Amino acid sequence: MTPSSTRGTARRQAPPAVLVLEDGRSFRGRAYGAVGETFGEAVFSTGMSGYQETLTDPSYHRQVVVMTAPHVGNTGVNDEDRESRKIWVSGYVVRDPARTPSSWRSRRTLDDELTEQGVVGISGIDTRALTRHLRERGAMRVGIFSGDALADETTLLGRVRQAPGMTGAELSSEVTTAEPYVVPAIGEKRFTVAAIDLGIKGMTPHRMAERGIEVHVLPATATLDEVYAVDPDGVFLANGPGDPATADLTVVKGVLERSTPLFGICFGNQLLGRALGFGTYKLKYGHRGINQPVQDRTTGKVEVTAHNHGFAVDAPLDRASETPYGLAEVTHVCLNDDVVEGLRLLDRPVFSVQYHPEAAAGPHDAAYLFDRFTQLMEDQRA
Amino acid sequence: MPKRTDIQSILVIGSGPIVIGQAAEFDYSGTQACRVLRAEGFRVILINSNPATIMTDPEIADATYVEPITPEFVEKIIVKERPDALLATLGGQTALNTAISLHDAGTLDKYGVELIGANVEAINKGEDRERFKDVVEEVRRKIGHGESARSVICHSMDDVLAGVDTLGGYPVVVRPSFTMGGAGSGFAHTEEDLRRIAGQGLMLSPTTEVLLEESILGWKEYELELMRDRNDNVVVVCSIENFDPMGVHTGDSITVAPAMTLTDREYQVLRDVGIAVIREVGVDTGGCNIQFAVNPEDGRVIVIEMNPRVSRSSALASKATGFPIAKIAARLAVGYTLDEIPNDITEKTPASFEPTLDYVVVKVPRFAFEKFPAADSALTTTMKSVGEAMAIGRNFTEALQKAMRSLERAGSQFDLTGEPGDKALLLERAGLPTDGRINTVMRAIVAGATPQEVFDATRIDPWFVDQLFLIKELADEVAAAAELTPELLADVKRHGFSDAQIAGLRGLREDVVREVRHALGVRPVYKTVDTCAAEFAAKTPYFYSSYDEENEVAPREKPAVIILGSGPNRIGQGIEFDYSCVHASFALHDAGYETVMVNCNPETVSTDYDTSDRLYFEPLTLEDVLEIVHAETQAGPVAGVIVQLGGQTPLGLAQALKDNGVPVVGTSPEAIHLAEDRGAFGRVLEEAGLPAPKHGTATSFPGAKAIADEIGYPVLVRPSYVLGGRGMEIVYDETRLAAYIEESTEISPDRPVLVDRFLDDAIEIDVDALYDGTELYLGGVMEHIEEAGIHSGDSACALPPITLGGYDIKRLRASTEAIARGVGVRGLINIQFALAGDILYVLEANPRASRTVPFTSKATAVPLAKAAARISLGATVAQLRAEGMLPARGDGGDLPLDAPISVKEAVMPWSRFRDIQGRGVDTVLGPEMRSTGEVMGIDSVFGTAYAKSQAGAYGPLPTKGRAFISVANRDKRSMIFPARELVAHGFELLATSGTAEVLKRNGINATVVRKQSEGEGPNGERTVVQLIHDGEIDLIVNTPYGTGGRLDGYDIRTAAVARAVPCLTTVQALAAAVQGIDALNHGGVGVCSLQDHASRLTAARED
Repeated sequence: MTPSSTRGTARRQAPPAVLVLEDGRSFRGRAYGAVGETFGEAVFSTGMSGYQETLTDPSYHRQVVVMTAPHVGNTGVNDEDRESRKIWVSGYVVRDPARTPSSWRSRRTLDDELTEQGVVGISGIDTRALTRHLRERGAMRVGIFSGDALADETTLLGRVRQAPGMTGAELSSEVTTAEPYVVPAIGEKRFTVAAIDLGIKGMTPHRMAERGIEVHVLPATATLDEVYAVDPDGVFLANGPGDPATADLTVVKGVLERSTPLFGICFGNQLLGRALGFGTYKLKYGHRGINQPVQDRTTGKVEVTAHNHGFAVDAPLDRASETPYGLAEVTHVCLNDDVVEGLRLLDRPVFSVQYHPEAAAGPHDAAYLFDRFTQLMEDQRA
Repeated sequence: MPKRTDIQSILVIGSGPIVIGQAAEFDYSGTQACRVLRAEGFRVILINSNPATIMTDPEIADATYVEPITPEFVEKIIVKERPDALLATLGGQTALNTAISLHDAGTLDKYGVELIGANVEAINKGEDRERFKDVVEEVRRKIGHGESARSVICHSMDDVLAGVDTLGGYPVVVRPSFTMGGAGSGFAHTEEDLRRIAGQGLMLSPTTEVLLEESILGWKEYELELMRDRNDNVVVVCSIENFDPMGVHTGDSITVAPAMTLTDREYQVLRDVGIAVIREVGVDTGGCNIQFAVNPEDGRVIVIEMNPRVSRSSALASKATGFPIAKIAARLAVGYTLDEIPNDITEKTPASFEPTLDYVVVKVPRFAFEKFPAADSALTTTMKSVGEAMAIGRNFTEALQKAMRSLERAGSQFDLTGEPGDKALLLERAGLPTDGRINTVMRAIVAGATPQEVFDATRIDPWFVDQLFLIKELADEVAAAAELTPELLADVKRHGFSDAQIAGLRGLREDVVREVRHALGVRPVYKTVDTCAAEFAAKTPYFYSSYDEENEVAPREKPAVIILGSGPNRIGQGIEFDYSCVHASFALHDAGYETVMVNCNPETVSTDYDTSDRLYFEPLTLEDVLEIVHAETQAGPVAGVIVQLGGQTPLGLAQALKDNGVPVVGTSPEAIHLAEDRGAFGRVLEEAGLPAPKHGTATSFPGAKAIADEIGYPVLVRPSYVLGGRGMEIVYDETRLAAYIEESTEISPDRPVLVDRFLDDAIEIDVDALYDGTELYLGGVMEHIEEAGIHSGDSACALPPITLGGYDIKRLRASTEAIARGVGVRGLINIQFALAGDILYVLEANPRASRTVPFTSKATAVPLAKAAARISLGATVAQLRAEGMLPARGDGGDLPLDAPISVKEAVMPWSRFRDIQGRGVDTVLGPEMRSTGEVMGIDSVFGTAYAKSQAGAYGPLPTKGRAFISVANRDKRSMIFPARELVAHGFELLATSGTAEVLKRNGINATVVRKQSEGEGPNGERTVVQLIHDGEIDLIVNTPYGTGGRLDGYDIRTAAVARAVPCLTTVQALAAAVQGIDALNHGGVGVCSLQDHASRLTAARED
């Protein structure tokens, strides 16, 4: 079905839409963005700012994102804040979309942008009720239907239940870059890093480039030889969507063998965890927001951080663990629920965090981790 | 790092009387802090001169000193209590300034008291404008963002004039250093403006310093509330965006949380700058507030200022997010870190996070310009509002419209009906920020203005402007619809329209709209404020309504009592009523009820989520209250609704609630009517054989003249159906009567003018009493210092009465009982009497908690509001005596002879207002109430208690120096003895010629000084006004004759306000002041805690 547009019409005139969860609960509202149908995993994001970054974060691939903040689109869409080449969410759920955006950087409305990219959304529903439902029942499959896609709810529920789930999904290959590319260092070049794109956001290589790193962004399928072909001072494992249990760990293990400085974030943290022999598991409803308190166990300090993860690493908090690459310990935990948020090897220059130090959107508290990475590469040289 | 164990006792400084810019929010924050510190096991010593606060309840601290907040008195307390630490960041600017004085004077070092919560260096860096600019510069160097507006610091008028050139011309902003609520600041568009504002500012600033700044008028304005712990963890609790762009004090702006029109990039810049500033300033632990201006053209960010303490905005942010800033600040001050403190609301997650909102909060200010007709009502960088209402909705329009109707004043809601008016004129008017500007903007929209035109005229952000258009479009739809469908109704309710607004648009009655709406099943649900946008389950039932899908009110089993609060603070209805509501909640919770509080005032203790079992942060209109009653009735049994503790607001709803089948407990709506309706009340008095002053009503001058001729001048005239003495005046002759009727716009056949005989030279008496249907408990008898004719809220008073004898009390008791019985009171009643020529007249009766309940309760150590709440639910006085809530025998009418004397003094907002020429407003007291707050002085004798009340309200009485006396003819006799006393105390007297002559004839020497109207003398002899400005006068006595005109005394009194010289405007106040001066000169003014007073009183009662 081709998505048609709701452009130029106020929310109140938009056609009816319905959201159906796989457990049968449904919400009726109005179409937002494209009209049509879409499926995905229903997740909620609690950030009050940064919708443009959220929409373009590849980690949201195949997910229908529910915004808990009621007003969305107030600052329109600009040319600077997108985090990748397109919107990745498979559906968008908001309560009160803006009619008129206001920002000196705004170029177009969010409604137009969603429509142009064919993203089906729904507005005007009780997003808090939906969020509470997901919190209690856990993330689940969902469908949004409007226009010609509308049908009786039993039919719609059937369609939702046929859609694929997130557990066991291999999605890196769907979001990664097709060709390698280079993000040059800003100012004097100090290091070269091979960054494996599992769903990388634009801000991540930028944060490294700011620190004098030339970043070679490589496709998820890059082999160990291809990684070392760029003669990297360090290797970076990006964030990304999907179940980490599906990932091929050959490259990660190869880097560990060679003791090259390694920094992983989000999906990259899960890959490191699995390569070290830890398990990963799916959280009930994940961490998605920009207000999560994470404690750095080495300093005791708390940082407010940006999260977007549905899976987590299963590692003991109370002790270091034996791994094939030496002792490993949990360096960071989320204070809300004690989820593992960071790992490091005690004897190799290797660490990772489950969250987003590049923080777009979100607070910049964790930016120091890029300095830590630079320091590892510096130390390795010495 | 856990709690510090090296300190055991902490002195907390409160904020003193409610004044503009420093209001009930500090009662909220101080109460939270004291409770937390006690719970942590510290001995808490509190000083606050404001009796109307919860924080000065004896059970909140271990030792509560209701004493003046001056360095001298705080030192006395330190000497007596020897606290280990001093916490001064929760009592506003007053507490902070006092702490700095104590530090600078070496007092803290001398007694080994550690300042906790903020260090002196940080306070100075944050508050001193020059040093703060360095802070901002350093921040910019470190993180590349943030700058100060270009500015120059000036210490003289020459500096100021030169400064304008440096900044590139007018307009410029003038900001005096170290003043509170932005006092004395403003925009200067011309040199004349500049001389006036900067001249005043130099005078107001304790360091004679003002800052001139480039104008950033019209920029977007934001605030961040931050907290930092000693481990350097920093969180942003809340972002606030001002609807009104730069140019209006944030206290006077409509504000919105969270920020609505920033991208994440820009928001993170503000956050980074805010965190860098708090670090650079060095606020080690606690909260602070930082204000930013953002250029809407290019995003340039200017850091305006920071408050290194808990502020009004912190209270707002706490209520808006559910993150209790003051409570957490207190914990941080004693050593905890954010991650060690649990989030009260989720109980499972720590406080080291940033709240995220799934709703929108709007705060609107409430002004009182009608009380100060001469004052310039244009809004500037000086705060002028006296209160605020906050509302929560699931979107901006819902929150905004709820907040506007929470203001409870005619015309506060958008009026989208009728002839819109002239667009161009409306747009021009909208360009000037004033009270109600948003309504003008809406009228302009209705009149056809485009979004661009609105933006050009007001610089209000286009997103907000569009929201106003959305409201207007919905109104059009409602007006044009063939019928009210469920879809349309639900839609407009989702955008905050009240039933009354819909009724207006449809030409229906409000109750008809409500019936239709209920029939169609369109009702609100209640959502929870949970700090985390539903990510975690909330344990705290803090609710707001929304026309959304899912209701979160949980079923309950215990019977609920719904307590209606008092809404936004305003003159005449302030924190005193919140006090009574909070007490009712505590007492009824203890008595086994589930207490449900309804209020919309973010500054209060009642809207703290842990005061009551459930909190509904909702407007106090009939519609909103009925929906809450409905929701609670669905949840479980409802024992009743209490309307008599929140002042006139809930009282006014009583009858309508009853008509809608809601059980109103306590005094019945019919009984309320008996007391409130003049005719009905007259019959009650008649039956009881009690006299009232002669009176009549008229709708024209001839009618009024006939009444006045019959009852004799002076007469007290006022429009009917007004509150707080609005428009009330004492008229001494026919000419003025004619003028009054002429000027009054509120008189019509429907709204007659009331003409009462004015009892000249009468003693006014206030009585608070409890009545259960059979037994009267006389709570307290207050004798006013000022004569009848001055609004009781503005008059000082003493308890126990200082000149009434046993016979008078007996008569008062009998009259009070007769009225309480005649009216049918079940709970509290307040009666005002006037004793004239040995006749006890009844002036009025209010069948509700009065403004004086907290004062009476503290002065007599009896919790009257708690008792009233219990009586409302059926308890008897006898039962409460048996329980110990009331004394076993005796009452407030027969206090032992050695009971302490308590004096209440009103605090006036004169210094806040200027007329449009920039001159001060007159300070004469009258029948219309204009005070914003009160203080209490308590001691064993009247003189000392009065002196303390003056020190608490206005600064210490002088004990020597020069006194200037100028009194009206009618006061000349009563002036002689006090004047002689002043001389005996070594004062040099100055007087105007007429007064000097009378003094001379009585053997008292006084130097004649020139009146202002006489101008400077031939040899440069200065006028009295010049002498005041030159700081050569220590005490002023000036009683005016009549009111209204620009009398000679006007310049004297405004000069007194500007120079903060004590100025007495009645002879009664002079007599009291002389007693106070006498007490001070005989030395040995001590301090005594309320707990000690209470135990002595209890002991005396039991003897």
